[in-house]
Formats: sequence, structure tokens, C-alpha cells
Amino acid sequence: MKVRSEASNKSVTRRAFAIGSLGTAAAAALAACGGGSSSTSSSSASSAASSAASSSAAPTGAAATLTLWTDAERSPALKDIAAKFKADKGIEVKLVVKDFASVRDDFITQAPTGKGPDIIVGPHDWLGKLVQNGVVAPVQLGDKASLFNPVAVKAFTYEGQVYGLPYAVENIGLLRNKKIIPEAAKTFEEVVAAGKKAVSAGSAKYPFLVGLDPKQGDPYHLYPLQTSLGSVVFETGADGGYDASKLGLDTPGGAEFAKKLQEWGDKGSKVFNSNITANIAKEKFNKGESGYFLSGPWNVPDAVKGGVDLVVDPLPTAGDKPAQPFVGVNGFMISAKSTNALAANEFVVNYLSLAEAQDSLFKQGGRPPALLESFEKASADPIIKAFGDIGTNGLPMPAIPQMDAVWADWGATELKLIKGGVADPAAEWKKMVSNVQAKIKG
Amino acid sequence: MSGVSATGTLGTASSQSPAKKPKKRQAPDSVLGTLMKIVLLGIVDAIAVYVLIQLASKHEWLIFGISLAVTLLINWIYLRRGGLPAKYLAPGVFFLLIFQVFVMLYSTYIAFTNYGDGHNSSKEDAITAIQLAAQERVPNSPQYAATVLEKSGTLYLLVTEPDGKAKLGTTGEVLQEVTPSTKSSTGQATGVDGYRTLEFTDLLQNQQAVTAVKAPISDNPADGSLATSDGSTAYVFAPKLKYDAAADTFTDTTTGAVYSDNGKGAFASADGQQLSTGWKIDVGFANFQRAFTDPNLSGPLWQVTLWTFAFAFLSVLTTFALGLFLAIAFNRADLRGKRIYRVLMILPYAFPAFLSGLVWSGLLNPEFGFINNALLGGADIPWLTDPWLAKFSVLLVNLWLGYPYMFLVCTGALQSLPEEVDEAARMDGASAWRIFRSIKLPLLLVSVAPLLISSFAFNFNNFNVIYMLTGGGPRFDGTTYDIGATDILITMVYKVAFGGTGRDYGLASALAIIIFIIVAVISTISFNKTKALEEIN
Repeated sequence: MKVRSEASNKSVTRRAFAIGSLGTAAAAALAACGGGSSSTSSSSASSAASSAASSSAAPTGAAATLTLWTDAERSPALKDIAAKFKADKGIEVKLVVKDFASVRDDFITQAPTGKGPDIIVGPHDWLGKLVQNGVVAPVQLGDKASLFNPVAVKAFTYEGQVYGLPYAVENIGLLRNKKIIPEAAKTFEEVVAAGKKAVSAGSAKYPFLVGLDPKQGDPYHLYPLQTSLGSVVFETGADGGYDASKLGLDTPGGAEFAKKLQEWGDKGSKVFNSNITANIAKEKFNKGESGYFLSGPWNVPDAVKGGVDLVVDPLPTAGDKPAQPFVGVNGFMISAKSTNALAANEFVVNYLSLAEAQDSLFKQGGRPPALLESFEKASADPIIKAFGDIGTNGLPMPAIPQMDAVWADWGATELKLIKGGVADPAAEWKKMVSNVQAKIKG
Repeated sequence: MSGVSATGTLGTASSQSPAKKPKKRQAPDSVLGTLMKIVLLGIVDAIAVYVLIQLASKHEWLIFGISLAVTLLINWIYLRRGGLPAKYLAPGVFFLLIFQVFVMLYSTYIAFTNYGDGHNSSKEDAITAIQLAAQERVPNSPQYAATVLEKSGTLYLLVTEPDGKAKLGTTGEVLQEVTPSTKSSTGQATGVDGYRTLEFTDLLQNQQAVTAVKAPISDNPADGSLATSDGSTAYVFAPKLKYDAAADTFTDTTTGAVYSDNGKGAFASADGQQLSTGWKIDVGFANFQRAFTDPNLSGPLWQVTLWTFAFAFLSVLTTFALGLFLAIAFNRADLRGKRIYRVLMILPYAFPAFLSGLVWSGLLNPEFGFINNALLGGADIPWLTDPWLAKFSVLLVNLWLGYPYMFLVCTGALQSLPEEVDEAARMDGASAWRIFRSIKLPLLLVSVAPLLISSFAFNFNNFNVIYMLTGGGPRFDGTTYDIGATDILITMVYKVAFGGTGRDYGLASALAIIIFIIVAVISTISFNKTKALEEIN
């Protein structure tokens, strides 16, 4: 701006500046125009292209390249298998590293425009949303399905169809410090008793640790206790998938769990402490201030580094049913809008199911592999084996979109009960159930 | 960002235009200038032509027209003589249109649609997705080894049954047993006389066509048909739902239930069962209506609105008071180490509010937090879970986050105040408090008041602090929504639009427009009021 007022008679600089700014501005403006328009136009264009392709078998001549959205952690593990695919089939797999938190939403918005990737990697509980928005295509595992952990395949089954190739199973277990508590316990009562004994003996400060969110509690971690009392989130329907109309929270077991939460909470036996967040719990356990920590494999490396003599026990039961945790399964899903569906299926079903691919994903991520052959190998590590065995008896996290309606109320109610002072826990639980039901009805 | 550049350019242009020189003094362009002009315009036009070709090939005629008009306009503006203001104005105006006007119009449009989870794309996309999902493998049907063959432009599937029989078929042609001419080492039929076997590279060239081949296994279509998704294995598929294009309905092949367009962007049966994938439609004022008529919203809405105003007002007041106090304190000429203090003062400003919220929520932990543990000697104060204490904590953290900004602003404003007025007042024997109240503060407010109003508007929508610190909690009773005592309007919108069973962009846009109207009204009133302050000058 100053250029202009100073250059009253020397016009070159002024003009250069003016034209320069115009050039960049106009170019940017046009680029923005182009960008904006293509997002609206390409869906029709790609559908036109696909109809043209399907009407005649004439070669389209496009060199096939697959785009795979991954996060930074998994990307290195996929490099080798992508290179093998390229060597065998001549198709390049472009690994695009994305922020994990934005993959699902970006995929939902970009897939309909035809600009999304061919393959994404993510947890199975995205499926409900992805199917609801019509952006993922079913995958045929065929006879290969029997090579995988059945829970993993079940997790990727939605409304009767398999939508992904699983590669890792993830669930919580009961982490125990052998130095403080030498013997494994079966029921939660025994666990609490052992924990309290350690506290009174002075070898620990807390009988039991689990990370709770000060805003939301933590229904995920407390779920095995709830299921062992006979209350699941959603019951399964006729096709084996979760049925959104059957809210399993609404059982006598749920009310029983509500009562127990208050007993175990701040104003009761203090087994659960609402002020202990996930970070605090981890820190206390790693320092050897408690013998038990209800947590997942993600906290194992730091605990071992912190000098904890670690074993992973099966989850303790609070009631007469098995204690089943939520199982999260990671896997690869194919876009419904992929123009390279055949190549994508070839890569996902026939290459990512290879033991070497699953092995390298395990080495990178440390989660028990979904492929049984790879899991066998990984089971040499007793901790991986323990987590894997717990997961085999677990329940897949519901992928149905209605699950979104549950978390907030479920967590807030659990937190309230743990904080204590609720006159009638069963009624509090019932209120939560009716709130959730109202939300699901919309 | 766009707003800054747009107004910046506009400001320059308008302030320069009175100084516009008479036409005769515009000397002919120098050679270099002309060259530059040609090169830069050439680049712009080259990009424009590329974009136009792309648009034309995709038959996007409306956007093609607009782009063409814009390109011609740019060329006209910069090629003709004179019209200097237009040359400066053009880039800013284009940015303004693209980044602000278009975005605003687009979100207004979204407010009148049902865009969100389950209503993500067009109806054609939804139908394709439903058809794709309805193609189910027939239970317990075998897996076939498959080869794709081609004869005069038609693709055929050659499958080998588990018992070794080879069969050939294509879309519309029932599978027939054939004698294969070639076999692989595993006994899989790989070729038939008169047909060309497609190699993997051929398959890649025709991916859509290959996956579209559906060879019926018998004359009865209910038995299903063979299809392959990777070109080497085929399965028997039978659709669970059949689409009737003429009637625009889906029919369930097992139960016979008919799903038709329910007018709300989804296929639904007579008893209200909806197919999971829907599409985007216009819904008129339904989103706005919902904002005012939902019984779960109308209850807590007034509490939230009241707290939003209280939060925004108190945030501005406390941060301004502390910032001003510190600015005056550090403005003393005889203070040593002023710079170090000032840097320290500004530190909270350098922290992202996101992070600070999380850190503070740890500091305020009743049992393990620093505040209770170290500062208050182990007191068990529920900072974030008691409704009133939570409100207080939110204000406190926002004060910590916000005072450095006010400190900066006030320091700048104080230093620009004329010394003489101060001196004259002191000569007249006014006390320091009197000087501050009657002279400094009014003068300061002239320049700071607009910033206070914009700060009010900012805090009105201060999502980060609330969401990271308390998450809006502790919760209200008597609403099924996850709304609580510290929720402000914007966090409430977030929870209502995104906290149910899916994201609802339409509802979110509608609520955002309502909030915009509230903020606009307040700002207009306050700006009019602050004009009174300027009369002091």
C-alpha cells in the first residue's frame, strides 16, 4: 500500500506490485472457484464415468493407484505389504497419513464427492455411521473368514454383511503388580479384599485403580463388571447383530450394578475414586501404589518401564455371569465409491490377510492380531496372550449409530453414583435408561 | 484471514482514491511494467482456461459461466486504461465473495436442509449404497474359483465348482457347464475356446465392468447369481432388497415389505421401518421450528441463555479490570524490570486455550489438584462439580486466559494518552483516583470500547474454555439432552446437534443463525451506545 503513495512518478514498481497482487489474488480466486465447484461437480462426473465404464468393456486406460488413509503409527507397518503388492500386481498403494481423529468424518464427507480414498483403516465401531452414510462397501472374506478370530469378524459384521478385514483386537484386562499381590483372584470381591489387604499391610495406597473421567465417568472400563451382573448395552437381534430397539441396560442386573457402584464409590468403600483420572491412575500404578489397574494394553509399556512386575489377569466377575469387556477391532474398509474396487478388494482380502502383513502391523502397534496364525506367534508374550484370550470372550463394541446416544447419559449416571449420595440408585439408573430411550427415538 | 485481507485492501483503496491523480498524469506503461502485466495476466488466464475446460467436460455450466464471467472481468479490469480503484478493489472483493459471502450463504442453505449423518448425499447415491449393502452372500454357499473371460466385448465369468465342474455365464445368461480348454495346476478352469482370458492388468482396466457381472445360477432369480469382487473368487449373491425404478420403491425379498420414499429423505416401510442410508433434502423451517418447540430444549434454554450473557459480560469485566489495573501498574515510568514483568504477564496469552482448559481441569481436581492440595492445604472443594463453583471456576480460568489481551490493549491505549492532560489535572490538584476516573478512563474507553464489544462477542461463543474445563457440566435434571450448568449457547448447540444419535448439520446451522442474530442485535445496540463515548473527544 505504501508503494503506491511513494511511487508518484515512477510507475514500474507500482504497476509491478499492483499486477503482482492481482495475479496471485486472481489465481487464488480461480483456484478456489475450481476447488469449490469440483466438490459439487465430481460426484456427477464420477457416476457418469462409472456408468460409461460399465456399459462397455473398453479399457479406460487409467493406471490404477490405490489410496489408503492411515495414521502415522500404522503407516510404516503397511509399507512392506504395499511394496509387495506393487511388485506382484503393478498397482501402487499410496499411503496417505492423516490425523486419526479426522479420518472418519473426512471420509464421510469426501467419499460422496468421489474424492475420498479407496481404503481406510479404523476401528469397527465406525461402521454404523459409515453404512448409514452409504460410504463403505461390503467385503467378501469367503473361506478366509475362518482364519480370523471369530470376535473380530463378528465385529466387522453389520446388518448381516462383513464390511472390513480385521487386523487387531483390543480390549482391557486386569493389570496386576505381582510384587504387591502375588495371587490372581477370580471375583471382584476377592480382588477388592486382596487390594484392601495390601493397603492395610502398607504395601499399597489404593486397593484398586481405574481411570475415571471427571465429566463422564468411564462406562467403557467398568463394562465387564456390569456384564457380569447381567446387563449389556444392547441385546443382540435375530441376525446376530445388536438391536437398537432392545436396550439391555434396562434389566435388574443394571439396577444391581447401579447399587454396587454407589457402594464401591466415594461415599462407600472407595474402591472407585471419582477424582482419579486416567492419568492419575496410570501414574499411581506405575509408582507401585496399587496392586490392581483395570486398563488396556496401551498402558503396558509404561508400566513395565516403571518397574511394575506385571501380569494380566482375566477380568473379575461381580455377579454370576462372565465379565465381558468391550472389544474394539481395527481393520481395513473399502469405499463404496472406489473406482478401483477390484484392486482394492484384491489388496485388502488377499494381501492384508497375509500373516506377514498382520505380523508387521502387530510389531508396530502391539495389539493382539486378528489373524489366528499371527496371534499364535504373538502369544509367545504372556501379556499379549492374556489380552487376546480375554478379547476372545468379549463383546464387540456396538457399531450401531444409536450407540452415540448412550455414552453421555450412561457415563454421567455412573459418575453420579460413584460420587455417592443418591437416595435410590435403581431409580437413578431407570431415569438414565428412559433418557437414552428418548434420545434413540429422536 | 480472508476478512482481514479483504478489508485491508478495501481500506487501502478507499483511502487512496481521493488522492487519485488526473488522467493525463498516467504515463504510458514502461516496457517492464507491460511485460509483467502480460506475464501475470497470462498465468491467471492459463489457470482460468484449464479450470474452464475441466468444468466444461463435467457439464457444470452454471459454474462455468460464473468462472468465465470472472475471468473476463479480471482481464477487462486490468487491460483497460484507467479505473485504478477497480484494480485495487478487485482482489479484495473476490476474496470477500468467495470466503465470506459464499460461506455464509452456504451455511444458510444448509440450515434449510436435513444434511447430517444418514442424509449425506444425493438420492441416487443412497439407492446405489442400499443396493450394494443388500447384495448378501447366500448363507453356506460355496466359494468358487473364478476367471474372467471376454468375447466380443462382453465379459463372462468362468467358475470352477468345488467338485471340479467348470461353468460359464454372464449377466442375463444362466451358468452352463463347459469344457475348459486350459486348466491351472490346482485344477481351476482358466480358459475356454473362443474366449479370451483376461489377465490381471486387463481386469484392472475394466474394474467396474468386472464387478458388475452377475451370472444367474439358475432360471429362478431368487437362487441368486455369481459375482466376483476381486476377479479370482466368486460367491453366490442374492439381493435382500430389490429396487423398482418405476415405482421408486425397495422390496424386501424375504419378508415382502415395501419401502418407499417417505418425503423425509429416506426409504421407509408403512410401519415406519427406515432403511439406514438416506439422502439430503430441503426441509424448510423445520430446523428452526425444532429449536423453539423441542420440550427438552425450551426448559433449560433460558438458563443457558442467561448464563451465556452473564459469562460473556463477567468475562469481559473481570479481564478488563485486571488487565487495566496491571497496565496502569506497569506503566509507571520509574518501575524497574518492566519488560520482564510484561513478558511474564503475556505468557497465558501464548498458551492455546484448548490446552489450558485441560491443564486447569487437572489443577482443580478436588483430591489431587494443585489448588486444593498445595494452595488450600488439602481442602476437598468440588471446583468443577458444584453448579455455582463450576461457574466460578470457568470465570476464573477465563480470567487467567483473557487478562493478558486486555493488558496489552490497555498498555497501548495508555501510552497513547497525551501527558499534558494528566499534568494539567495534577496541577489543578486532582487526586490520582480522580484523574483516573474522570480523565484517563473516559479517554481510554474511546479507543478500547469497540474491543470490549468484540471481546464480548468472542466470549459469547467461547467454546474451548467451557468444553475443555467442565464440558458444560454439572448436568441439569429434567432434560434428556446432555446440557449442564456451565453450558453456553454455543456448547449447547454442539451437544444438541452432534450429541444425539448422529451429527445434524442442518440443525446446527439453524441454531448458529439464531445465535448470530442475537449477537448481531447486541453488537448493534452496544456500538450505537459507544458512539456517545466518542463525543468526549
